[in-house]
Amino acid sequence: MIPASRPASRFHDAKLLVVDACGNLHHTPRSRFVDWLRPGDLVIGNDAATLPASLCGEHVQSHASIEVRLAGRRSLAAHDVHRFFALVLGAGDHRTRTENRSPPPRIAAGDHLALGPLRATVEGMRGHPRLVALHFAGPTDAIWAGLARHGRPIQYAHVPEPLELWDVWTPIAGPPVAFEPPSAGFAVDWQALAEMRSRGIEFASITHAAGISSTGDDELDRQLPFDEPYRIPATTAAAIHRARRHGRRIVAIGTTVVRAVEAAAVRDGRVHAGDGMAKLRIDANHDLRIVDAILSGTHEPGDSHYEMLRAFADDQTLRRATEELAAHGYRTHEFGDSVFFARMHVCNAENRSQTGGCKVGRPGTADAALLGTKDRSAGHGARPVDASRGRSRRACHSPAAANPWSPPTARTTSR
Amino acid sequence: MQPTQQIDLEGAIAGLRVAVTGGTSGLGLALVGELLARGARVAFVARNRERVERVARELSRAHGIVGDVSQKHDIHPIAVQVVGALGGLDVLVNNAADLGPTPLALLGDTECEDLERALATNVVGPFRLTKALLGALAAAAREGRGAVVLNISSDAAINPYPRWGAYGVSKAALHHLSRIWDAEFDAAGLSFLSLDPGEMDTPMHALAVPDADRTVLKSPAVAARELADAIGNAIAGRRRRSSRASSATATTGWAS
Repeated sequence: MIPASRPASRFHDAKLLVVDACGNLHHTPRSRFVDWLRPGDLVIGNDAATLPASLCGEHVQSHASIEVRLAGRRSLAAHDVHRFFALVLGAGDHRTRTENRSPPPRIAAGDHLALGPLRATVEGMRGHPRLVALHFAGPTDAIWAGLARHGRPIQYAHVPEPLELWDVWTPIAGPPVAFEPPSAGFAVDWQALAEMRSRGIEFASITHAAGISSTGDDELDRQLPFDEPYRIPATTAAAIHRARRHGRRIVAIGTTVVRAVEAAAVRDGRVHAGDGMAKLRIDANHDLRIVDAILSGTHEPGDSHYEMLRAFADDQTLRRATEELAAHGYRTHEFGDSVFFARMHVCNAENRSQTGGCKVGRPGTADAALLGTKDRSAGHGARPVDASRGRSRRACHSPAAANPWSPPTARTTSR
Repeated sequence: MQPTQQIDLEGAIAGLRVAVTGGTSGLGLALVGELLARGARVAFVARNRERVERVARELSRAHGIVGDVSQKHDIHPIAVQVVGALGGLDVLVNNAADLGPTPLALLGDTECEDLERALATNVVGPFRLTKALLGALAAAAREGRGAVVLNISSDAAINPYPRWGAYGVSKAALHHLSRIWDAEFDAAGLSFLSLDPGEMDTPMHALAVPDADRTVLKSPAVAARELADAIGNAIAGRRRRSSRASSATATTGWAS
C-alpha cells in the first residue's frame, strides 16, 4: 500500500473499504461511514488525545544526543506522570527510518537524561538496550508543562514534515494520554456524531493510552502492543450492557477500543467500569466477547493491528481485503484510508439469495448495486466458516431482520 | 446576556474541573478564587510567567499554565496541560481579552494591527482553545457531568460605543460565536454562555477609562460570584436534562 505522507491527506477524500459480515467487499468514501451503521448500533471511540511524546535531549553521562519516545505508563491518573517507560534512540530524527536509527549510548540505571526543561533519571532497563524505565523530577504541573512545550508528536519517516499537535488531535480528543494518535478516530468528526445522533446510533467513549506502533527493532516489535492503561466511564459500561441486552451491535472505532473493552470483559464477560491495564493480545485465537465491528486504519499483514483483524474475519477474507486495498490504491498508516470489518458469521445460501448480498448497513436500500460483480462472486463463493475454532456464529441478517429490537437469536449463544 | 441574579442553590460548582484564561488579574483572578472557594478544581492560563507562578503560589490548589491564547502554537500545549492536570474538563471560561488600541481610538485612527490583535485574542483564540478542548468537554457531557463554556462578553458587543471599535467588534463576534456553538452543541449536551459581567474596577478598565470614578464600578469579586452562579445553574440544568434522558434510556434501552 501507499504510505500516506501528509496528515492533510486524511481529510475529505479518504476512502473506506467495508468488509461485511459475509466477507463481501464494498468501496465508499470514508465521509459516508455513518451509512454503514444502523439504528441502535453503539459506536465506541477512544477519546485519548495524543501526548507530544518525542523528547529530544542528551544522555548526561555520555553527552550523546538522544531521542526519547515515551511508550507506556502505569496508570491514567492525572498526577501519575513521574514514571514512564520509554524507547531511547540515538542522534537523528524521524526522517531516518526507525530501524535505521543509530543506537542510543550505553545507558544504565541511575543515569540522567536532560530533555529540554525536563530532567529524568533512568530507573532501570526493561530487557532491551532501547527500552528504559524513567522517572521525571519535579512537581506534576511542571512535568505536564515540560511535556506540552518541549515534546513533539512521535512520527515516522513516511511523513517527512514535522507534525504539529493539531495534526494528531482527533476531534474527540480529551485526556492527553496516548503516545501515538488513536488514528481511527480521525474519521469521527462532529458532523458524523450529529448524523449518528439523528439516526438513533448511540456514541460512547473510553480512554485508552494507545502505544507506539514501531520500535525499529524486530525483537521489540514482536512485543507490541505493550501493556496499555485504559479507563471505562460508568456511562459507557452501562451503554454496553444495554446494547448487549437488546442485541444491538457494538462498533469499535479503532483497535485500541477493542483492546480496552475486551480487556475489561476478560474476567466474566461483562465490561466493568473503571481503570484497568490491557495486557491481552487480540488475534485469530481471541474470541471477541463484546465488539461486533471495527473501523480501523488499513494495515499490512504481520503488524499487531492486522493480527487483531483476524479476530473479525477469516484469513481468506483478510487476504482478499488486502489485495483489494492494494488494487485500489488505498493509503496506509495513521493518516491513510480506513477499513470497516463486521465480524464474520455464517452466511447461508437462503439469506444471500433473499438479499442479494449480506447487508452491513443501510438495510433495505439498494446497496447491492454497489457490489462489483467481482466482489459479489467472490463474496458468494464457498466461505470457510472457520468452524475449527468452534465459535458459534450468528445467522446472516436479512434486511427484514435488521431491526435492532429483534436481535438474531444466535447472538445470545455466541456470548 | 447579563448573568441572572439566581444563585447556585444546588452547589453544582463543587468538584467541577474548570479552566480560566486570563486568570492572573481582574475578573479572571477573581473567578479563579471564587471557583476554588466553591470546591472546583481550577487550571488558569496567562501570558506572564512570573504572574502565573505568583498566583499559583498564592492559590496553592490552582494549576498555573503559561500561554498566550492569541498564539496558535500555544493552544494545544495549553490544552495538554489543562486536561492533563485536571484529568478532564467540565467548564472552560474564555476570559482573556485584548482592549485594542490604548488609549482607546476612533476606528479611523485604529491601526489594523491593533484590530487584528483584538480579534486574535478575543475571537480566534477562544475559538481555537474551545475546539481543542471540545473532546474533553463532550466526554464530560456524555458522562452526565454537564459541560459549559462561558465566554466573557461586554455591552460593547451590542452597543456601538465610539472609540471601542476594535474591542466591540471582537466581542460582537465572540457573542455570535457563542450562540452558534450553543446551537450546534445543544444536542451533544454542551451549553455555551455569553455573559456581560458589567463595568468592573479592573486593570483593563483603568486602561480604557483612566479617569473613571472607581466608586461606581462593580468589584470583580461581585461579578465573579454572579458568573459562578450562572455556571452552576447551567451545569445543574444540564445534569437534570441528562438524568431525565438516561432514565428514559433505561426504559427504552436505547438512547436517541
